[in-house]
Amino acid sequence: MVYAPSDPAAGPGPAAGAGPGGTARPLVTTKILIAGGFGAGKTTLVGSISEIRPLHTEEPLTDRGVGVDDVTGVQGKTTTTVAMDFGRLTLSDQLLLYLFGTPGQDRFWFMWDELAAGAIGAVVLADTRRLTGCFPAIDYFERRGLPFVVAVNCFDGAARHDPRDVAIALDLDPGVPVLLCDARRRESSKQVLIALMEHVLSWPDAGAPGHDARSPDRRGPAT
Amino acid sequence: MNPSAERWLDREAGPLVRPYARTRGRTRPAGEGFDLIAVVAATGARPGDRLRYSPDHVRLLRGCARPVAVADLAAEFGLPLGVVRVLLGDLRDEGLIAVVDTAAPAQGRPGRGVLREVLNGLRAL
Repeated sequence: MVYAPSDPAAGPGPAAGAGPGGTARPLVTTKILIAGGFGAGKTTLVGSISEIRPLHTEEPLTDRGVGVDDVTGVQGKTTTTVAMDFGRLTLSDQLLLYLFGTPGQDRFWFMWDELAAGAIGAVVLADTRRLTGCFPAIDYFERRGLPFVVAVNCFDGAARHDPRDVAIALDLDPGVPVLLCDARRRESSKQVLIALMEHVLSWPDAGAPGHDARSPDRRGPAT
Repeated sequence: MNPSAERWLDREAGPLVRPYARTRGRTRPAGEGFDLIAVVAATGARPGDRLRYSPDHVRLLRGCARPVAVADLAAEFGLPLGVVRVLLGDLRDEGLIAVVDTAAPAQGRPGRGVLREVLNGLRAL
């Protein structure tokens, strides 16, 4: 399945529609990761722009295996379940964008590789009151070469910061966009995702032919 | 923690039945795994011996009547991802479902055409 780079409106060709199920309509799925420190607003952002649903995976964890932002009332539960924020945006009949809130706690790092595989990019939500909370996510995406933007979630009462100061404080590579947002507002969350897409498309290797030509047989293994 | 003090409080606590109980102890599907956002669909083949399928199999197969992403199946049916993958593997082994060819590979980012479609789609929201 190859998209012509010169034709942004090109839909999947006939070959993509002839799935093994004889399905008439091709479906393209994409994903963006929403990362950030504990309580930075990942759940809020995903929920403000998409229908949010809980998604579980049952990794062999033995204590407090709940990776959502809000741990109120869940401390002490014994479970093997990791919960992720999971949102879906239907961009067209044949194009779905999934948002995955990365599990926020260190013990869930093992989930990140799978989440990051094939992702378009990531949004790192920063809370200026706890800026260090997003360092691990930034380190991870830099190491992995996954494009990301930093969105400073402006909570009520939180001092407004100049994005340039935030970029310096986070020691970001030049070119990594930093923007202010209010994750509670749909329009603001939308602008964050748009900024990420523009950033991704500005990468010289975006949409390299090799990426299009990959066979779905190369899909990553289950964890 | 004292096992007797363990309480399952709500849905957030996860499934009441340990996941592997629903998959006969298996934690991963036979054959190749299913990507999180892989699209699967029923092939239209008719299930053979129904006794071999659990209610979860039947529900999942029904959920695959139209092309659907693996993560959507897990969220829709409230099943852990790993369980969905194992059960989908069973259905695939029986030729009942298959991964639908899509343009988005798992290991490389989508092509520029798809990226532009996503950007345009977001702008149009």
